[in-house]
This record gives sequence, structure tokens and C-alpha cells, in this order.
Amino acid sequence: MIAMPLPDEAVLARRARIVSDLRNLVQNGGVIDAASALRAYESDGLSAYRQPPMVVVLPERTDQVSAVLRYAYDNNIKVVPRGAGTSLSGGALPLADGILLGLGKFNRIIDVDFANRCAVVQPGVTNLAITKAVEHKGFYYAPDPSSQIACTIGGNVAENSGGVHCLKYGLTANNILGIEMVLITGEVIRLGGKHLDSDGYDLLGVMTGSEGLLGVVTEVTVRILQKPETARAMLIGFASSEAAGQCVADVIAGGIIPGGMEMMDRPAIHAADDFANCGYPRDVEALLIVELDGPQVEVDHLIAELKRIAEKNNSLSLKVSATELERVAFWAGRKAAFPAVGRITPDYMCMDGTIPRKKLPEVLQGMAALSAHYKLRVANVFHAGDGNLHPLIMFDANQDDEFARAEAFGADILRLCVKVGGVLTGEHGIGVEKRDLMGEMFTEDDLAQQQRLKCAFDDKSLLNPGKVFPTLHRCAELGRVIVRNGQLPHAELPRF
Amino acid sequence: MSKILAPKTEPELAEMIRDSAVSFTVEGSGSKPLGHRQNELPKLSLRNFAGVEVYEPEELILEAKAATSLSEIEKLLQQRQQMLAFEPPDYSSVYGSISSGTLGGVMACGFSGPRRIKAGAARDHILGITAVTGAGVKFKSGARVVKNVTGYDLSKLFVGSHGTLAAATSIIVKVLPKPETEETLLFKQNDDASAIALLSLAMQSSAEVSGAAHVPGEGTYVRLEGIAPSVAYRRDALVKALGLDAGLLGEHDSRKLWQGLKNLGPFHAMTDAHLWRISVAPSEAARMTAKLSETISFKHYYDWAGGLVWLAVFDADDAGAFAIRRAVGQGHSTLMRSTAEVLARVETCHPQAPALATLTARVKLAFDPEHRLNPGRMYRPN
Repeated sequence: MIAMPLPDEAVLARRARIVSDLRNLVQNGGVIDAASALRAYESDGLSAYRQPPMVVVLPERTDQVSAVLRYAYDNNIKVVPRGAGTSLSGGALPLADGILLGLGKFNRIIDVDFANRCAVVQPGVTNLAITKAVEHKGFYYAPDPSSQIACTIGGNVAENSGGVHCLKYGLTANNILGIEMVLITGEVIRLGGKHLDSDGYDLLGVMTGSEGLLGVVTEVTVRILQKPETARAMLIGFASSEAAGQCVADVIAGGIIPGGMEMMDRPAIHAADDFANCGYPRDVEALLIVELDGPQVEVDHLIAELKRIAEKNNSLSLKVSATELERVAFWAGRKAAFPAVGRITPDYMCMDGTIPRKKLPEVLQGMAALSAHYKLRVANVFHAGDGNLHPLIMFDANQDDEFARAEAFGADILRLCVKVGGVLTGEHGIGVEKRDLMGEMFTEDDLAQQQRLKCAFDDKSLLNPGKVFPTLHRCAELGRVIVRNGQLPHAELPRF
Repeated sequence: MSKILAPKTEPELAEMIRDSAVSFTVEGSGSKPLGHRQNELPKLSLRNFAGVEVYEPEELILEAKAATSLSEIEKLLQQRQQMLAFEPPDYSSVYGSISSGTLGGVMACGFSGPRRIKAGAARDHILGITAVTGAGVKFKSGARVVKNVTGYDLSKLFVGSHGTLAAATSIIVKVLPKPETEETLLFKQNDDASAIALLSLAMQSSAEVSGAAHVPGEGTYVRLEGIAPSVAYRRDALVKALGLDAGLLGEHDSRKLWQGLKNLGPFHAMTDAHLWRISVAPSEAARMTAKLSETISFKHYYDWAGGLVWLAVFDADDAGAFAIRRAVGQGHSTLMRSTAEVLARVETCHPQAPALATLTARVKLAFDPEHRLNPGRMYRPN
């Protein structure tokens, strides 16, 4: 279990007073303090980590968010923001001495503006609800994380969420135009808007993917796009991941950016096909699902190109969806890959590294060796177009040390990703899960610079502490400290 | 002539900044001399940080030293039919510069060309950066992969910071396949408002428009790119949907047209005008210019379906700043070129609301606590 900052006893001692003060700021049952009710918030999508918060606050308006944050700032109380709690990295894991600030009541779509191709929504609106609100005119919101039915746009901004279509259409960062946010001091700030470039420093870019450590988003302006006229999917089977990987490289080098390009290895193919009965070829080592979208004439042309490239790479099987129903069926297995793996193992852990695509065979081989070493099975789904790998490590938390072995296995996979030039997380965020691995990718100087930026937003480090950074720093010590000879300054500070 | 320092290595650059008692003007090739400049300050030239380090077409990434010329990068990408999809502009003609700019320079300014409406801006294509802060500390952010959310995105923060936070030494960008061909539809609209309305309809269609501009008195342009049969199909569908007569520019003429619009071609002859770049909600653009025309005299054209308005202002003693900054509303304006005298008293970047201005100042201090880098370039010091 990962260590979190020690609870502040002085804050805990004032709990009753804090709850009553918060009730003055947020009425209508928006403050929850009963132990049984707090348990509902004790974890997010990374359910291995649990901690009930000191109190939950569910504001409905920006001025309430501002008042709660100002109160927390004045009284040195930590705050953990939360959307729908679908984070896979523990980004919304509560703190025992902290306020859990839930944005679920911010669930209105404020404005749909087709003339400017954008929509203004509150942060608690789900990702899919945005598309639902604009699809009557043929529009949609492009980023489509697998949790899109439940996850909120506010959480998407905090995590910079992706999805299977982000190779062509971009991540959250590339699909939002502006936000309204509240700083820990209670100040309300607008970044960007309906115009295409925000002014000054790109604080919108910094906020996106900042995992709730810099501010609380209270409104989001998203870009909406016209849906492509047609979309068709292809299933292509290969005898090896090398061949499938080479096919992906040839597609991209050939000037084609498919709407989606996913790869699954044999264990994932079998689990998904058993679960969703989606007709995947079972006698292949790697399966590509490639989606091509656009006008019919373009899609036809690209499918012919794909066939040529697949054959050149010795594909074993190739199927093109003939109907929309079939296209959806092709995706059903992939989209259900996580629950499908969940069916064949009591527990699984989903990792999220990104690697240079050409390193895939090397990483898969390394993973097989690690699998043997830790005596745990692993299945792989892979956003092949952009190199984002999701190994699913299977274990049984009720068996002696399996959870500890799974954690160590996962950490070794991410170390391997970094070693081959990749990164710790492509779309799930660092959260608590990968926090202690940040040093694998960044030097002390790199991390100190990120923390200086954090201090510009949150000088008391009250927003979501214990996430992202392996070491807590007081802002004052970051002033002009330069780490020399690898010596950490302020060695007396607690590290965790 | 001010003193020029041109460090050769990252440690040398870090040491120069760290040990300096004075501030610097940071420069790549000097192609875009924006904003207020204190000529007495020494120049910190990054020109020795030049050259492409890695280009991997199959991985869609390129890493180059910050002062690598854009023309060198584009030539290299061309060999594999790839491009920087945000269409970095070349403003050397309006600044009278010899160089057409560097990768670090275009990122530091955050400038994007017409394809921004489809492919995203410069900030959407940066993947990583190595830089030295104003405190003389080297840091890196990002990596040579196209999808990454590890840590804060300091690379995006660099884009548009005009060298006021850090001096970049190396930059990783995403590259994309170049469209096989392009063509442009030409419409004749009587006034700006109906031209912008037409561009909005084109943008709302599924035609995948990659350029949408209006030059008053000349024409309204819609660019389509892709494989030839797809471009032809989308062109016909769009013309039918709009129900208007359209002229057609083939590949060669289309390229020439957008090259000109991207590089401020319509303003090349106006050597004495004050130049402004204005970013507004597209549907507000025509209203804004109509309001402005009541108080100042200017020429203008629209890119990004109205979202980007270029103004060449004549005969105003503040370059039109007062009127423009009032008219812009929710958007913002940048004074791109003016006289030294005007630049000394008019802020280059749009003034910000107080809370945002304070946060901006704190972000600046987090990188450059002693104002070593480009002091006053974006906002005048308090």
C-alpha cells in the first residue's frame, strides 16, 4: 500500500467545527459527514486503494466552490476534487483529513453553439452526454475514453483523457477551448473561451492533465466536430506481434492516419472473444482492429490500401465490416476487454505506459519474462497507432502476496517502458498509482520545476497532495534551490 | 549594437543565465522581433543549438535543436511526404528579416497557420522540450511519443511564452502525413458578415475544411485537402449544400493562395502599418471589425473561419490599441508590429483580468524569479 501524507491532527480535532462551517457555505444536504455515507467516496476506479474522506462537499454553483476553497485555504485543510470517480490511477483517492469536493451536481449543458462549433458545459456532465446533446445536428465530442458513459468532462480535463480515436482526433487537451476554474484561494479565473487561442501563457494546456493539483474546473468549453459520413472497421490477424507492429508502422509511413488502430495479444483476444462472442480469429498471436472514417470514396480507397499493406506483412486473416452493426460488433470485444479479463481472474491491474511503437516486440518479450518471474499472467491491449500500451496483470488479492507481486510487476513494466524511451502514462494519469515511479522518468530538477509551477497555483500545497509527486516540498524550499551532486535539500522533511 | 552571447552547450547556457547580473533578450534567428525590446540588453542567441536530432516518420515524431530552421525541417519532412500540420507561418516579409524562422521561435510565439482549424495549433503538436529556466536550471518535459500525460505539460506552457519563462534548447514535435492534394473553392460575398456565415456553414459540414479565409474585396476561400477522389467528392457535396456559385483553384493556385494568407501576404506592401493579430469567437469577428471601423482606419482579413483577424492599422498614435482592446470582448489581441515608441507604452499581449494577471505573474516567477529572460516582452513590468 502506497503511503499518503500523514493526517493533520489539528485539522481532525476541529472536524465538527469544519463540518458545521461548511454547512453554512453549501446548503441543501451538500455536506456529508456520516461515516456510512463517506464510505461511498472511499475510492475511485483504482479500488485497491481506499480511504474515507474527513467530509464530502457537493457544491452546485461556482460561488460555493470558491467559498469552500477559500475556507480550506484559510484553515489549512486539504481538498481532493472528484468527478465521477472513474480514475484508474487513484487521482480522486480521498485523504483522511481532507475535504472531498464532488462536482457531480455541476451537470448542466449551458450552451450549444453550432456556429462556433463548440459547447459550454459544466464539469459534472458525462463525456457521452456532450455527444448526445449535439448529435441531432450530426456533431459529436471526439475524445472517447472507454468509461465515457460514466466519466465526466471535468475529470477528462484533469486527466487529459484519450480514447481509441485520439490518434486522429486528439486527446482532451486538443479538444477543449476554454475553462472556468477556481484557485485554492477562491479566485475564479477564465482561460480561453470560444476563440481558438487562449491568451498569455497556455495555462489551459497546463491545467489539462494536472490531476486536480492546480485548481478546480467549474465550466468547460469543448470543440464539437461533424461526424464522418461513414466508418468501417477491419479485423486483421497476424502470426506475431512483430508482423502486426510492422503493419501499423507501414500504414502510418504510408500516410494513413486511421480513426482508430488497436492491437490485442492472444490472451486478450481469447478473453474478449469468450466474453463478447465477437468472432475474433482465435489462432493468431496478434489482432489489429483498424477503423477508417470519412467519405465513402475515401474509406473504400483506404481499405484497399490497408489490405495491400496487411498482405505485404503476411496477415493470416482479414475481415472488413459490411454493415454498421458489424462494425460495432468488431469493437465490442475490444471495448469489453477489461471486463472480459476480469471474468477470467479474480482481480486485475491495468497499466498504461506509452512506448515508441517500434519497441513493441522488445517490450512484449520483456513482459513475458516478467510474467514468468512474478508467476502472474498478463494480457495486452494496445492503442497501436499512438504506442499506448495497456497490460492487464491478472492476480488474486486473496492469495498471500499476489497483490504485492502484481504491483511490483506493474512497476517493472513501466520501468521497461521508460527504458525504451517511453513514458509512465499515456492517458490514465500518475495519481497515487505511479507516483513513486516519477523519478524513473524525471530528474530532481525536472520534478522541482513542475513543483514550482504547482506552487504558483497552490502555495500551501492543499490541492490533492500525495498525488503525482513522489516527494512533498514546501513551496518556500523550492525558491531558488538547486540540487547539487544529487543531494536533496531539506533532508529532514518527511518523504513518502 | 548590443552584446551577443551565443552559448554552445546546455551547461554553458545554464551557467550564463545563472551567473548573470543582467537580463537578456533571447533569440533564435531573430526573425520575429515582436514586442517591446530593451536594446541595451545583451542578446542571448540560441543559434548554436541547431540541427535535427531524430526523425522517425513511422513514429510520427521529430526532435530538433531549438534554433533549427523551419525550412530545413520542412525540407526533411517533405522527403517522406510529411509535414508540421499546424502550418507554421513565416512572417519574415513583414519584419524585413532574413531568416524565415526556427522551430523554437515559432513555438515560443505559438503561431499557427490556416490549417489550425482542422489540425490544431502549434501547442497541439509539441510533445516535449528541453530548456533552461530564467534561474539557470535545465529541465525536460515530455518524450518522443505522441501520447503522454506524465506530469504537467511544461512543453505547452513554453508555447506562446515568447521566451519569458525558459530558453529552449531542444524540441520534440508530432509530424503528420502531408495531404496528397488540395483545392480551394472561391466564393464572392458582398460583406464580411455573410462571408463569415458562409465559412461557418462550411465548417459545420462534413467536408473536413482545412482552410477558411475571407479577404474583403477579394474573395471567400475554403480549402479541402486529402486524396484526390475524396477532395472531389467533398467539394461537390459542399457546393451543393451551400447552394452558391463557386470558383475553383486547382492544386498549384490553392497552394500559392494559402502560402500568401499564412505569411501575411495581404500586408506585405503596407510597410508602415501597425499590425495586429486578434483571436475572437468566429461568429463575433465581423461585428468586431464593423465596430472598429467607426473609430480607426485599417485594412483587414480573416482566417480560421473568422477566428483569427489580421489588422493593418494606419494613422493612430497608439496603433489603435485603445479601440481594439475595447472591441475584442472575450477574445484577445497581440500587437505584432509597431514603432519602438508605441511598443514601449502599449502592451504586446492583451491585458488580463486581475486574478489571471496575478497568476500569470506567479507562473513567470516560478520559472524566471529575477526577470532574466525577455523582460517586458509580453506584459510591461509593474
